[in-house]
Amino acid sequence: MKTKVLKRWLILAGVFLLFIFLLAPIIITVIISFSADNILRFPPSGWSLKWYGEVFANRDFAGAFRVSLVVASGASLLAAAVSIPAAMAIARGNFRGKAAVESFFLAPLLVPAIVVGLGLLLVFSPLGLKGTYQGLILANAGLVIPYIIRTTLLSLTTMDARCEEAAQTLGARPLTVFRTVTLPLIIPGVLSGVVLAFLLTFDEAVVSLFLVSSRVRTLPIAMFDYVQTRTDPQLAAVSTLLIVLSLVIVVIIERIMGLRRVLR
Amino acid sequence: MANEVILGEAPKAVLTPSGGKPKGKDWPSFLKLAPGLILLGIIFGVPLAWLLRMSFNTGLPGGGIEEGLSLNSYSTFFEASFNLELIWRTLGLGIVVTAGAFLLGYPLALFLLRTQSKWKSLLLVLALAPLLTSAVVRTFGWIVILGDRGIINEALMGMGIISTPLSLANNELGVAIALTEILMPYMILTVATGSSRLNDAVLEASATLGGNTVQTFFRVILPLTLPGILTGCLLVFVLTISSFVTPALVGGGRVFLLATEIYDQAVQSLNWPLASAISFILIALFAGVLVGYQRLMARLDWNRS
Repeated sequence: MKTKVLKRWLILAGVFLLFIFLLAPIIITVIISFSADNILRFPPSGWSLKWYGEVFANRDFAGAFRVSLVVASGASLLAAAVSIPAAMAIARGNFRGKAAVESFFLAPLLVPAIVVGLGLLLVFSPLGLKGTYQGLILANAGLVIPYIIRTTLLSLTTMDARCEEAAQTLGARPLTVFRTVTLPLIIPGVLSGVVLAFLLTFDEAVVSLFLVSSRVRTLPIAMFDYVQTRTDPQLAAVSTLLIVLSLVIVVIIERIMGLRRVLR
Repeated sequence: MANEVILGEAPKAVLTPSGGKPKGKDWPSFLKLAPGLILLGIIFGVPLAWLLRMSFNTGLPGGGIEEGLSLNSYSTFFEASFNLELIWRTLGLGIVVTAGAFLLGYPLALFLLRTQSKWKSLLLVLALAPLLTSAVVRTFGWIVILGDRGIINEALMGMGIISTPLSLANNELGVAIALTEILMPYMILTVATGSSRLNDAVLEASATLGGNTVQTFFRVILPLTLPGILTGCLLVFVLTISSFVTPALVGGGRVFLLATEIYDQAVQSLNWPLASAISFILIALFAGVLVGYQRLMARLDWNRS
């Protein structure tokens, strides 16, 4: 009996340590962001909110935040606009090569981001799309198409397609069926996909690295550049704001669809 | 969650043409697929084709490009021993990080699969949520922890255990530690979602048949979770060998890998043909690992049936 209790405690201690390892960088970043020191020191010698003030006064970060907001919104909406019809066709359509089309839509996950970034640099530079909102939105939309297709397909294949049939039999036009029957039923999948896409494009830091300019620069790239030149608690404060954004989106996804199902 | 209910029972419904002739015309499938296919073509198809073409040009000093159809970029790459080391270092890092993510992530995934705790779903979200936190943020966290004046070194020096800081950052060790933590959730995810066949019944059966803990692990738990483990290893490995942000920041410009070399050649040296050639070498490694994974999975299926 005693060994059993001991074993249980050993397992719990192990799990606790693994969680500490897994969450260490996030926890440390949040703590450091409230530091009153001018250098990175742990534990901080005093506490303050001054680094948050610095972040909001920092024009680089404020500008980059705005760029990221525009790029992430534009890219996730554009990706949704092209992904939802495609998911409908894959789930309901009857055409040859369907399996191939589906795997083609999911294939981008298999191309290294650094390679995509370089390829887009080569193509976008001569077109004048480097360092523009259009270029960043197009690239990021392409990157997140697979995620929206996947969550939408998950909803489409688990909903009861007979509802659509019923509406159709009762004389509803295809667009009406979609608007009044299909869309309300698949909205959890669509929404999970779109908020996930928003977060992923907001955080994207590899492909964008090749496509930004000093004028149009996203927040993760501004942070990347900042870390390379100096490290002070200001970056921890920006990071904490991004962690809060992630947390909000994690809660939204967990509520509407379940994080585990959306991520797999 | 309303959709949870539907999930379990709903038969895979098939849309059959109904009796009445539908009013209005639905868009044909290709029109619905076209916008997505075009966007994917612009973002992946065209750039990859362009990269392949570019890799057959020759880079000239100072950023010039000599158009042509030669393998100069590839031969330049393979002639330098520095570049061959890049390949080995990249693959080595991939193996170390995959092993680390397995050794740490697998036990945690098993715990999350089997625990009866009322905190189970919260713990699962906590284990997966890091996936949705910016890689730049988590990399910065590791710099704070591992740096020369980071938490670990300050603590050890404060306790008088060491007098000079251990080099935990700006080298491969730091990159491996940070990447293990950053990619570990993928291992947890694939094992936890791909192991639904591991349930109470099979564990009871094993116990009834007189299997002890070790036997149960090696003959029941491990085989049933093997597909999830393999998929997790594949994901962690390919994400490691193509990772850029973490090696660039934690490595402090002193850890040279294929991905960092692609960036340096493209952005610093402006040698686009060479950068393109390295990209295709990376893609070839990707493809090789993928084929190996598919062979292994096929063999697992075959053994089972």
